[in-house]
This record gives sequence, C-alpha cells and structure tokens, in this order.
Amino acid sequence: MSTLKGRNLISITDFNKEEYLEVLDIAEGFEKNPKQPILRDHVVATLFFEPSTRTRLSFESAANQLGCRVLGFSDPGATSVQKGESLHDTIKMVSSYADLIVMRNPKEGSSRYASEVASIPVINAGDGANQHPTQCLLDLYSIRKTQGTLDNLNIALVGDLKYGRTVHSLVQAMCNWNTTFHLVSPEELKLPSSVKASIKKAGLKYYQYREIRDIIGIADIIYMTRVQRERFTDLLEYERVKDSCILTASMLQGCKDNMRILHPLPRVNEITTDVDRTPYAYYFQQAQNGVYVRQALIAAILGAK
Amino acid sequence: METKKELVVPAIENGTVIDHIPTESVYQVVHILGLENYKDEVLIGTYLQSGKLGRKGIIKIKNKHFSKEEVSKVALIAPFVTVITIKDYQVIEKFATEIPDHIENFIKCANPKCITNFEDIPTRFDIVDKENLKLRCHYCEKYTTKETIKFIS
Repeated sequence: MSTLKGRNLISITDFNKEEYLEVLDIAEGFEKNPKQPILRDHVVATLFFEPSTRTRLSFESAANQLGCRVLGFSDPGATSVQKGESLHDTIKMVSSYADLIVMRNPKEGSSRYASEVASIPVINAGDGANQHPTQCLLDLYSIRKTQGTLDNLNIALVGDLKYGRTVHSLVQAMCNWNTTFHLVSPEELKLPSSVKASIKKAGLKYYQYREIRDIIGIADIIYMTRVQRERFTDLLEYERVKDSCILTASMLQGCKDNMRILHPLPRVNEITTDVDRTPYAYYFQQAQNGVYVRQALIAAILGAK
Repeated sequence: METKKELVVPAIENGTVIDHIPTESVYQVVHILGLENYKDEVLIGTYLQSGKLGRKGIIKIKNKHFSKEEVSKVALIAPFVTVITIKDYQVIEKFATEIPDHIENFIKCANPKCITNFEDIPTRFDIVDKENLKLRCHYCEKYTTKETIKFIS
C-alpha cells in the first residue's frame, strides 16, 4: 500500500521525488484502464469556493471513475458560507460527511488551514495565487509521457513567469531532476529571484530570453502561459511586448521532433489555433492526463493503491 | 551600560533590565513585552549615550523576570538587545536576545489575501533569513519582511 495513504497534498513540496514518481506510476495504470471502481464505499467532497470548471470536473470525473460518490458545491453563494459560516466550521462539518476533501478557495493558505482543521485528508485544488499542486503533478506526468523521462530535459517556460503559480511549482518540482530551464518573458514578468535561487541551489542552470524564436531549436518542452494585460503598470509596455510571447505554427520550424507544447489552460491568444493541428500541440491531452493523475492521488490517499 | 558615576535611569532591586535597545525601538519593545499594562514600576530611558550604539534606550522592569523565549520576540525588531536579570541589585544572569526560528501569533501576515487575515487563526511563521528579517507564512507561504512587519495588537 502507498505511503501516501492518509496524507494531505497542499503544496508541491509536501511530496518528495519518490512520491511524485509513485503518483505518476499509479496514474499510468489509470490511463491504461481508467474505470476501476475500487473506492465504491467512499465519499469525496469537492468544495469549490470559486468557480473552476476544468479542475472541478476533472476531480469529479476522477472520483466517479473510482466508484466514489461525490458531494460538494461549486458556488459558495448557495451554501452556509454565504450566511457567514467560517471556513473552520465548514471544514469541521464536511469532515463528518466525507472521506476526502478537495478544496479550491481564493484565500491563500486556506487549504493548509483546512488540512489542520479536518479529520480527513485534504487535497488543495488551488488556493488563490499560492499553490495548485495537482496541476504540477499532471504537468510532470505529461512531460514524462511525451519525453519518456524527466531527466536531462530542456524546459522552456514562456509568458508570465512572475505571477504564474504553475510555473513556480513546475520549476520547484523539476529541480529534482537534471533540468536546464530556458525562461522567455517580458522584462516586467521575469521569474522571481526566489525561484531562480532554488534553481541555483539545486546546482542547475537557467537562461533568459526575450523572444520565443530563440528557444525553438533547443526546447524539449515549451510550457506556455498567458500574459495578462492587468499585470502591467505601463500599458504601452504591454502593447510593445504582448506579441513576443505568442506562439504560431510558422514559428515551429526547426524545433526538435520530440518537442511538445504544454499549457495549463485556459489559453486566450498566446497559442494560435493553427498550432493545434501540429504534432507538437499537447495541451488538450495534458488536461486529459489531469483525470488520471487525480485518480491516482485519490486512490493512493484513500489507501486503495 | 550607563556610567558608574551616575545612573541616568535608577537601579532596581529586583527585576529585569533590557539594555542596548536602538533608541527608536524602545516603545515598540515596551509594546511587544506588554508592559503598558504592567502593574509595577517600569523605568524607561531613551536617547542615552552609549559607546556601542551611539544612542540607546533602556527599560528597567521591577519584579518581573522573562524567559529567553519571551524576550526572543524583541530580537525581531532589536537584534542586539541585552537582557539582565537583577536580584538584590546584583546581576544574576545576562544574555543577548536571539531571533527565534519560528514565531506564533505575534506578527500579522503582510499578504492581504492570506487566510489568517480573514479567519481567527493564530499566525505562524518560519524565519528564513535572520539577518535581513524575512519571515515565511506557514499558511500562504508568502514573505513578510522588515519593511512590512506589523505586530498583532
């Protein structure tokens, strides 16, 4: 049985390298055979204090395919939270109704707090701009699936590297392997120095660029993120740089055959739709992998794997 | 210490002397130690001559003793403070405050979106950089620094 039984997953650093790999291995089994109703007598509570279609449906699909029953809410407006109930009291109550809590809440640190209040395990499905660890695990799964390994890869991260929590988590996780990071972003949205420090601390290298074309021939993975207008204090600067982080099909000439493009979705215009028809686009499969990874986590934490 | 010729702040028979406080931090130290409501004599000196600091502050608290843990909070705002325990006008113990590794329910998280600023939760921090005073919130994982530090009143 997994060492992950009964554990919480709040932050990507809660698990170590071996535990990431354990989840990925279990997820591979679910990809081969997704319908394994091994948790028929279990209840999973999905508490979504803010809307998130993809993450919630992915968790609910994962739980349903394991045979779990799912209860919860996707809009706190219709619950006692609206009446002013504290997170503490909501979590205490739900602990007695379910075997596992999956929670998204815009308040940062809310999932860590919920895990301290709950008598059942908690999986963080996003706490504001802080952590979204299951996204990171599905990114790792997608990288290993497309490259056959997590070692010795050139990972290019493109777009908003300053505020993008998925980027920060992915860098932290990939520091467990011999990774070279290629960072492409406008000056205003560069990777924070604390995250760069963790790359250096791991003895790894990173290179910084302004244009996507500089990394096309190098990258094994291009991880795209959205550059949001509201992140800029100077809108002229936004107008000047906004196109520097857009990927089009014509730009892919000269890329490696094994190169794949990932994106946490939703995308707006940073990957043009002509890229979807190339063999390099992997973002929709990436989202699908989220179900297998979440199945693996639920099964491991509830002791069924 | 003050000159032996004349004590600017009178000696106490029993209690604690907190010395070498940066003069601008004296009232913050009073607040941190909750001395506003202390029901015995508290003698406060500020802007006193000091060989070590140029100018310094000093607080003498009659009939009160602190554990190292209690005064470690002071080190967050005044890192080189000396704490002296006095009995019968004699120095019994003398130690420098040390910044602790962790701190609970004493500092507000500087992140306005942190759950601790919405619910009644004791705050928890790891002090990740003692030299530059950088605290990492146990909950939201964001940093509170010397510039953004606020004490829970």
